[in-house]
Amino acid sequence: MRVRLALALLGLMLALPAGAADYAALPGGRFASVLPADGKVAPAQVAPFRLRTEPVTNAEFLAFVKAHPQWRRDRVAAILADRRYLSHWADAETLGGEALPRQPVTRISWFAAQAYCESEGARLPSWYEWEYAAAADASRRDARSDPAWRENLLAWYSRPSNAPLPDIGGAPNAYGVRDITRPVWEWVDDFNALLVASDSRDQNDPDVLKFCGAGAISLQEKENYAVLMRIAMLSALKAADTTNNMGFRCAKPQ
Amino acid sequence: MSRPQFLVVAAAALLTLAACSGKPSAVSPVGAADASPAAIAATRGDFGPPQGEPIHAVLTSPPHVPPPVNRNYPAKVIVELEVVEKEMPISEGVSYTFWTFGGTVPGSFIRVRQGDTVEFHLKNAPDSKMPHNIDLHGVTGPGGGAASSFTAPGHESRFTFKALNQGIYVYHCATAPVGMHIANGMYGLILVEPPEGLSKVDHEYYVMQGDFYTTGKYRQKGLQPFDMEKAIDEHPTYVLFNGKEGALTGDNALTAKTNQTVRLFVGNGGPNLVSSFHVIGEIFDKVQPEGGTVAQHNVQTTLIPSGGAAIVEFHTDVPGSYVLVDHSIFRAFNKGALGILKVDGAEDKTIYSGKEVDSVYLGDRSEPNLQAVTTAAKAHAAGTLTKAEQIAAGKQLFTGTCSVCHQANGEGLPNVFPPLAKSDFLAADPKRAMTIVTHGLTGKITVNGHEYDSVMPPMAQLTDDEVANILTYVLNSWGNPGGQISKEEVAKARAEAAPAAVPEH
Repeated sequence: MRVRLALALLGLMLALPAGAADYAALPGGRFASVLPADGKVAPAQVAPFRLRTEPVTNAEFLAFVKAHPQWRRDRVAAILADRRYLSHWADAETLGGEALPRQPVTRISWFAAQAYCESEGARLPSWYEWEYAAAADASRRDARSDPAWRENLLAWYSRPSNAPLPDIGGAPNAYGVRDITRPVWEWVDDFNALLVASDSRDQNDPDVLKFCGAGAISLQEKENYAVLMRIAMLSALKAADTTNNMGFRCAKPQ
Repeated sequence: MSRPQFLVVAAAALLTLAACSGKPSAVSPVGAADASPAAIAATRGDFGPPQGEPIHAVLTSPPHVPPPVNRNYPAKVIVELEVVEKEMPISEGVSYTFWTFGGTVPGSFIRVRQGDTVEFHLKNAPDSKMPHNIDLHGVTGPGGGAASSFTAPGHESRFTFKALNQGIYVYHCATAPVGMHIANGMYGLILVEPPEGLSKVDHEYYVMQGDFYTTGKYRQKGLQPFDMEKAIDEHPTYVLFNGKEGALTGDNALTAKTNQTVRLFVGNGGPNLVSSFHVIGEIFDKVQPEGGTVAQHNVQTTLIPSGGAAIVEFHTDVPGSYVLVDHSIFRAFNKGALGILKVDGAEDKTIYSGKEVDSVYLGDRSEPNLQAVTTAAKAHAAGTLTKAEQIAAGKQLFTGTCSVCHQANGEGLPNVFPPLAKSDFLAADPKRAMTIVTHGLTGKITVNGHEYDSVMPPMAQLTDDEVANILTYVLNSWGNPGGQISKEEVAKARAEAAPAAVPEH
């Protein structure tokens, strides 16, 4: 009886990711998103929340897969992850040389990311939450008007992704959040609500010119370019898709 | 956190931005005698359903062009194009992360026939960072295919279109920010041949201009990131043919032989600049400006809009290197927009002689009326030559030969050409001047307290009496001491002179 209880406890411990992840508290508030809340100028409202300070790593995701074998790459349901899912791991339960423990995990579907966050008692951040956290630099909570902040984003885009990903552990921003704009893209909860019309523009829509006009106005905000590219990336994906550069982190309510 | 739908649509229009102006939904040929539906369809290039087995399109890397279609029926043509993001040299020692259609800039050349049904597969390489799509200007349909080809890394999209219009068309990526995707090299050409094909030529080449924006200066070494600021200001660091400085020069030059016809498919990807395309030393026998069907003949420079293309043809007559430039010429010599067409073969001197004469051109300093010289020559022959006649003749000769450097007023040019006016060097030894004229003078001399260190070539072309007249004029002008030099003295000095006059040290 005692032995069985001990085993059960051990199993419970194994089911939890090794070492509790760090979450930083972010105050939230009114926030000028690149996607205005009313389509024109209205700021977004971000409720106080907590955000994982680092992206989920290969080692952390391996622990999750061991505890939840339905997320092994050889057992995952095809509708929940495409064929590239974790394909850089040596096998279903071994990382190997191309997936180092401290590298951010990539080739993860939205479904898998969501399941992982649930296992941590968390969820994926919303776009607004992610954008709000990424607006900070080392000393300011909103550094977006600084050209250096924008250059930092663009510089990552203009580097080819043929080199191995670095380990996580970059410098923290003003919230204590690390590695948010690089070295990986990150899933957000509402990724597919950002651009539902991306591949079905209706040219007969009498308002199409108005929309193009609105786009032109937004494009004048060149600070937005770098962020909009992220939205373009997210909206190119379906929830079962995985890519070589798409990872994630989790969020919790305050 | 929910947003109204129209915001989302606006963002969509922004992010998958293609041309905002839609294509006209119906085209009716104006003034067509036969306006039956079939005739209209034929005008528009719809020759019915595809026939025969599907054909896999041959794609080529620049500067090469796929072979002619050579087909007399509409077919289904399968095009498979892969988007690859890769680091490549943009100039010697400078690299750049290009986003490419098919691994090259410009992207693979696509060749189909009017009326073909094109099944287009756009693949985005798994290690791409960005989603991409394609807008082909040769497509009739929303976004030119952009809306149907938005493709995440490691994915493939497929769409099908009928090539209704013949011509040479640009294709490009239209994913936001469109300008950045184009600036990174995402463009190429698709040729839709007319049903009868194009006329036979000896060479076809693929040349495409683009402007590039790097944070570093022109030719600054190392990996150079894209500079959004410069792109918005339209201040390119590079303007290039085929994506790399030197892509069409040296060993990469285009080649042809004499007495051949050359056809260039010239596109301009932009993103910003309009090209004034010119080939130095050639005249385009035929240009299809903007890729249209109405040809223009005997053209020196043709304008190629950003997002446009032209078909240029010419005949090679004489051998040599013909330089392809954007004739907004600083782009050619300071930003890289240069290419070479090397033509080998026999010279044809009746068309172009090469250099026949290299002589000094004196412009209007050369007096057409050398009457005084003639008068002096006659007087000398008659033995009645006066000093005044010598001075008059010398003045005219001086204007033609000497004033270019020493100036008409004898003042010379500071630090370069010493003065002859009030010259202490001349006054010290007037006779020395004769050998300086006939044999030249090289090295340091001091004149009126200033040091000169330059070269005066020997004026061996001047006859003895011309030298005598010039020096007599000089000695009697601008406050010099006066005197007279005779033809005989010059002849003697010329004969006796040392190999070079000795400069003062």
